[in-house]
Amino acid sequence: MLNGLLINYNFCTGCHSCEMACKVEHGYQEGEWGIKLTQQGPDLVKEDTWEFNFIPTPTDRCDLCADRVREGRLPTCVHHCQGLCMQYGPVDELAKQMTSSHMVLFVPCEE
Amino acid sequence: MRKGMNPDLYREEWQWQEGDVTVTRSCQWSGPGCHQGCNVLFYTKDDKLVKIEGDPRSPVNEGRLCMRCLAMVEAVNHPDRILHPLRRVGERGENMWEEITMDEAYAIIAEKAREVTEEYGPKSIVTGIGTGRNATWQTSSLAFAGFQTPNDTAGMLSGDCCYTPRLQAMNAIFGSDFIADCAQLSAERFDDPEYRRPDVVLNWACNPVVSNADGFFGHWIVDCMQHGTKLFVVDTRVTWMAAHADIFLQLRPGTDAAVALGICHVMLEEDLYDKEFCDRWVYGMEALAERAAAYTPEVVEKISWVPAEKIVEAARYLGSAGTVALQWGLPLDQTKWAVGASLAVAAVEVLTGSIDVPGGFVNVKYGHVQSDIRENICKGMGKQVREGRLGDGKYALRTVGFGPHSMGDDILLAMETGEPYPIKMGFLCSTNSFINMAGESKRVYEAWQKVPFVVVCDLFMTPTAAGCADIVLPIAMGCERWGIRAWFTPLRAINKILQAGDARGDEQIMLELGQILNPDMFFWDTVPEMNEYVMKNLSSMPFDITWEELQEKTLVYPKFQYRKYETGDMRFDKQPGFNTTTGRIELYCTMYDSAGIDPLPSFKEPTCSPISAPEEAKEYPFVLTTGRRSWEFFHSEHRQLKSMREFHPWPLCEINTQDAEELGIRDGDWVYLENQWGKIMQKAEVSDAILRGTIMAEHGWWFPERSGKLEDGLYGAFDSNINCLTIQNDMATAGYGSSYKTQICKVYKVEDGTEPKGDMPENVGRNQFEVVNR
Repeated sequence: MLNGLLINYNFCTGCHSCEMACKVEHGYQEGEWGIKLTQQGPDLVKEDTWEFNFIPTPTDRCDLCADRVREGRLPTCVHHCQGLCMQYGPVDELAKQMTSSHMVLFVPCEE
Repeated sequence: MRKGMNPDLYREEWQWQEGDVTVTRSCQWSGPGCHQGCNVLFYTKDDKLVKIEGDPRSPVNEGRLCMRCLAMVEAVNHPDRILHPLRRVGERGENMWEEITMDEAYAIIAEKAREVTEEYGPKSIVTGIGTGRNATWQTSSLAFAGFQTPNDTAGMLSGDCCYTPRLQAMNAIFGSDFIADCAQLSAERFDDPEYRRPDVVLNWACNPVVSNADGFFGHWIVDCMQHGTKLFVVDTRVTWMAAHADIFLQLRPGTDAAVALGICHVMLEEDLYDKEFCDRWVYGMEALAERAAAYTPEVVEKISWVPAEKIVEAARYLGSAGTVALQWGLPLDQTKWAVGASLAVAAVEVLTGSIDVPGGFVNVKYGHVQSDIRENICKGMGKQVREGRLGDGKYALRTVGFGPHSMGDDILLAMETGEPYPIKMGFLCSTNSFINMAGESKRVYEAWQKVPFVVVCDLFMTPTAAGCADIVLPIAMGCERWGIRAWFTPLRAINKILQAGDARGDEQIMLELGQILNPDMFFWDTVPEMNEYVMKNLSSMPFDITWEELQEKTLVYPKFQYRKYETGDMRFDKQPGFNTTTGRIELYCTMYDSAGIDPLPSFKEPTCSPISAPEEAKEYPFVLTTGRRSWEFFHSEHRQLKSMREFHPWPLCEINTQDAEELGIRDGDWVYLENQWGKIMQKAEVSDAILRGTIMAEHGWWFPERSGKLEDGLYGAFDSNINCLTIQNDMATAGYGSSYKTQICKVYKVEDGTEPKGDMPENVGRNQFEVVNR
């Protein structure tokens, strides 16, 4: 069974809480990231339409907070995400929730 | 609580054990500062903070936290915190100190206050506090009841240009305070049967997801978006919210009132307003129409640089939008004509008719913790304390009122000139006066040098403390202090878990010093006892609850009522209507009329702009605005946290791609920003997000990693500090507002080799000062 992170980046404001929560949880030092924001824009793609998106992208340092999950906590990025746009769970369940554009499902590791 | 969270790990109690770790539910409001105050779980072990998490049981933030709260462990355990009182050794600016005891520090302060009072009178003492310090009421209470002076200031903030102008305008036309209803007023949030989300959030001149300003958690709007709410954004920059809005108006800084009047013009002319509501509940519709008539979309385009057709489209959009919730921001306060601008934006909201309805712009009665507490502590004092407050008689709207809050600009003049009386002592609590709060930084720094005795209380050694203080008192961080989070809703308990050295909360310092200065007025034994008294005696909405009960419950939501103008719950006499002279919303404000100021929404050109000062604009062609928040910092705070500086190492100024190209400036270049008042350097952030012809420069910058000695630059106090380019004492006759966000400047590459080198500052994360007797 694979678990993943479902990101609904319609609602990711780029607040960096996922990155910071991850650093604090894992004690990552300067330049080390378990998840990193990708920024698109701001770009005027056509008249009156701006593209300005952030997409949190887990790295190979991400272990989906295995220790936390075992205790009954959520991965810290999901717990602290201010836009409430991240979900953790089995990929088949998460895939069913992909019901709009601007969603992405990451499977950073096999637990 | 969300799925996947074990209830045994996130219990309902306010405190529990997890092995050898104690978990305490609390609210992190300050310090370091914040305007929001999320509920958190502090994990402590052996008297040390080891972890923080967002409280998933709290309806306020539902477990979420911003990156600054996530850095609390680093902040609380920072090696360079001030933990004991310091007395200056040598001259000011040498940044050399000796540690003394709290008793010694209090005795010195009390003795100096006695000397000043005997020689010059108590009004020669001024106090000040920074924003976000658990509602910033502590120094004004200490001033009034302790020192017995009416001269308190928010660190010299010009024209009280932070929310106060909008509060003033709301109280004048509605008779009370209103906020956007984004499901934060009930513990059930979106599941409350009475609630319905806004159809549109009218997000005017603010970026709330970053700022959380005015006690409002910006991501509540994102919650509404998840429930289908649309956005209407007015801003100079393409923010994330602007890019996700149905309507986005990108305006020149300082022209909000013209845009608002243009929208009113179209809404009235095309019958796009809520006629039934306005006929019944609004006074001054004809006068508004007359005023708005001159603001045709074409006229507004010339003023604001917003295309005329966008104004028309915006008005038509609002005309059929349904329920509209106004969430507005600081740029309305930081224009010289703040009151007229606030009235204009409020008028747009009123025309939608979404007043005090679910998901609209709603009246909150419990927003007054500052004035309530102040009045409770001050009401026992005689009239003589309030008399002769600096600035009285100069401004139309500031001669009335009981409060001990004086005009920062007039305190500054008194410091400089000794008129109408000299200033001989300053007591600053958690304010980095000339870095963040005040404009015209060097002038304000110089003015503090004329005050013979200055106390600064803060978390870290700041330029204000190193450069001006004779005594420095250590301030507690959030988990080291008792408090109540009482600003809008819900009421929240702030629990003291740890003691760090001698550090104390601003409230405790106020109480302890007050007990020495005037024990009759500070009759509580402890801070929780004082807070309980305050809760029970809030004049706007008392809470009949003990401190222990609040602590047990963590937070309390009072029952919220909608449409109070229909039930009589809004007026002093319990009659239906609004709490104004006419009983209606006064878009023609009778109170302003009596005070001799413009009673209608109004636009005036900023004093110094390409239009009002064309000659100066030849030299300084850009409109300069400032003050946009960063995720990493609360104003001038958090610069000594290495983690925050990894995300945001240097001060940034935004410049439009085309403007930058013409000037040969590339993204990441260090540039000088220069105008009539000063010159600083920041790094250029080149993007399409900022309006052409405009520079947005970050505020609050200093460099704790550098030397704090004056001869070395006082932690870089004037190197990148944008307040070297803003000014004091530039306000309208009303006495509210400043020109901080409406200056002009030129921008050019730094080519003299003086710019900082490298991607990350050297010594980053430190904030050192010398202690001779440690």
